[in-house]
Amino acid sequence: MFSEFCLEMPDRLEDALSILSDMKGTPVAGGTNILIDIRSQKENPPRLVALGDIDELRGIKVEKGRVVVGSRTTISDLLKSSQLLKTSPSVIDAAGQFAGQMVRNTGTMGGNIACASPAADLVPPLMSLDAEVRLASASGSRTVALRDYYQGYKQDVRGADELVTQVSWNALPQKSVNRFYKLARRRGDAITVTGVAVTLSVSNGKCSKARIALGAVAPTAIRAEKAENMLEGQVLSETLIEAVATQAAAECSPIDDVRASADYRRHSVQMLTRRLISEAWNKLAQEVKSHVK
Amino acid sequence: MSNSKTITLSVNGRIRSLDVPSHRTLLEALRDSGHVDIKRGCEKGDCGACAVLVDEVAIDSCLTLAWMCEGKEITTVSGLGDVENPHPLQTSFKQLGAAQCGFCTPGMVVAARSLLNDNPDPSDDEIRYALSGNLCRCTGYTKILDAVKHAALVMREEGAGQ
Repeated sequence: MFSEFCLEMPDRLEDALSILSDMKGTPVAGGTNILIDIRSQKENPPRLVALGDIDELRGIKVEKGRVVVGSRTTISDLLKSSQLLKTSPSVIDAAGQFAGQMVRNTGTMGGNIACASPAADLVPPLMSLDAEVRLASASGSRTVALRDYYQGYKQDVRGADELVTQVSWNALPQKSVNRFYKLARRRGDAITVTGVAVTLSVSNGKCSKARIALGAVAPTAIRAEKAENMLEGQVLSETLIEAVATQAAAECSPIDDVRASADYRRHSVQMLTRRLISEAWNKLAQEVKSHVK
Repeated sequence: MSNSKTITLSVNGRIRSLDVPSHRTLLEALRDSGHVDIKRGCEKGDCGACAVLVDEVAIDSCLTLAWMCEGKEITTVSGLGDVENPHPLQTSFKQLGAAQCGFCTPGMVVAARSLLNDNPDPSDDEIRYALSGNLCRCTGYTKILDAVKHAALVMREEGAGQ
């Protein structure tokens, strides 16, 4: 049983934005987070604006190397997309370990971003791909880099009159590896203990671009930017990878909770960063070797 | 604040009109109107006991508001088959001992049906993955896995015979 609320169900985006313009509505996409929070009385919104009937917010497009995903696209929709598997493998890694079947069928990409949980599984992969979030309101729209989207624990830059309408990023370029590893108690239906997403690109035998994004080990999902900088422009060695992993662990600020201790989380960031960077570099080794010859 | 309205939806092939307030979940609305084959478990989207098909897609009815299902087709475990004419999944669950206390069974069968709609010949891992949002405290899952595999085989053979 929920506390009472009004429910609006617009079927056009412009109607949803017009309802939200009085700053008093709470958008609901799949509802798999907000309805639990309402039931446990963590949230008590007077008016919900359900987005389920707005078809224009659902879909996946890849055009001219740019991946564009509507915010109402479900986790199951992501998993069914062969285009995403090719252009954004870490997103599929995350979607593949996301909750259970029924939640994947209703939970959405926009909801996972806008709930602003540090443990949101799609966020580290999307950060590792330099994703951008489109926010729309009745008075216009703006685009925010996902790395700038979060301001603190469960706090984001979205205004009360704004809606996340789409998420976009560049398809993974050639000679690149992009992976996500979710550490949790079981493979499905579990909240992440530590999530690590890595993108590594090589050119001329060196690492040309590195991204390391961490989930559930700080008040928000974060990038380990100092660790990334240590990789760019370098030929990777075991010693360097070890130092980068240590740096990534130094950049997180985990807490103790029911799922794991802060110490274990920091340790796992180091181990997983080392593992993912090593695997990516080994996979790209052919490219590196052919250049050296 | 909260308002009420009459919504019309199809439940197991029968058109139902339900008078429900905006904050009522599909789970509550259906159980209150007699569909107690849908089980109320964790109410957090973890256990899957309340799973139903909405337009052939499995969802947790505890995390779905009744109003969102206006005009949709709901199928519960009873809608898949009955004692005289059971669905192959129901027969397999019974014959292979996949139900013990039985509380998770309606959700398990619905989630398995949703899997077999998309994938008539799933691997063991694909079955485990599709059922990862359904918790069972009795069986250890082994017999559930066997039952879904067996039902898939029966359904493929029935399909081939038609």
